[in-house]
Amino acid sequence: MSILHTVNKSPFERNSLESCLKFATDGAAVLLFEDGIYAALSGTSVESVVSGALGKLKVYVLGPDLKARGFSEERVIEGISVVDYAGFVDLAAEHDKVQAWL
Amino acid sequence: MSEIVKKFMYLNRKAPYGTIYAWEALEVVLIGAAFDQDVCVMFMDDGVYQLTKGQDTKGIGMKNFSPTYRTLGDYEVKRIFVDRASLEARGLTQEDLVEIPFEDFETEEEIDNIVEIVDSARVSELMNESDVVFSF
Repeated sequence: MSILHTVNKSPFERNSLESCLKFATDGAAVLLFEDGIYAALSGTSVESVVSGALGKLKVYVLGPDLKARGFSEERVIEGISVVDYAGFVDLAAEHDKVQAWL
Repeated sequence: MSEIVKKFMYLNRKAPYGTIYAWEALEVVLIGAAFDQDVCVMFMDDGVYQLTKGQDTKGIGMKNFSPTYRTLGDYEVKRIFVDRASLEARGLTQEDLVEIPFEDFETEEEIDNIVEIVDSARVSELMNESDVVFSF
């Protein structure tokens, strides 16, 4: 049973990402979107936490939400994949269920 | 206009687009500009994300209101501050932020960029000096 976890809150404002990373198990996927994209950027105070999770989790970030907030794909932490809306749908379809960390 | 001039601070602590706070704050700043008060706008915590350059919202179907920040100088907002620690925690520098010019048409005073990055002691000082703080 593989879960797609979604996080749409800023890691600096809520503990959604922290809880997600604590409970997501090996092989699960995490999609960062809306204000959740800030966790995917390099150079932040949460970068090491996110990088550390890349060993056991697949992490994705929604491109249109990055662009809306003024960030290019070059600012994204290495190992995180940028997806578009069609990619979001594919991820939802590929996993057994979607768990939203609001 | 009222003869009593108060010092207003608009305090922005929320990222744009994910919630309505940033947009609402901008509307209130623009409305407040009509009342000839002494205004400053402060960005801290996730509020610093409101000022990032290159925002392009075509892909999310929302209005891109970031160009409006660059017009704040035209609304006689002359003091815009960004908390340094908030920027640093997010891996950002002044290079990542929009520049907001100011021009006083009466005195012909021109400033290229009124966005000033300040340390936390200065943030506290500015809050203490304010008569009113509007929080978003």
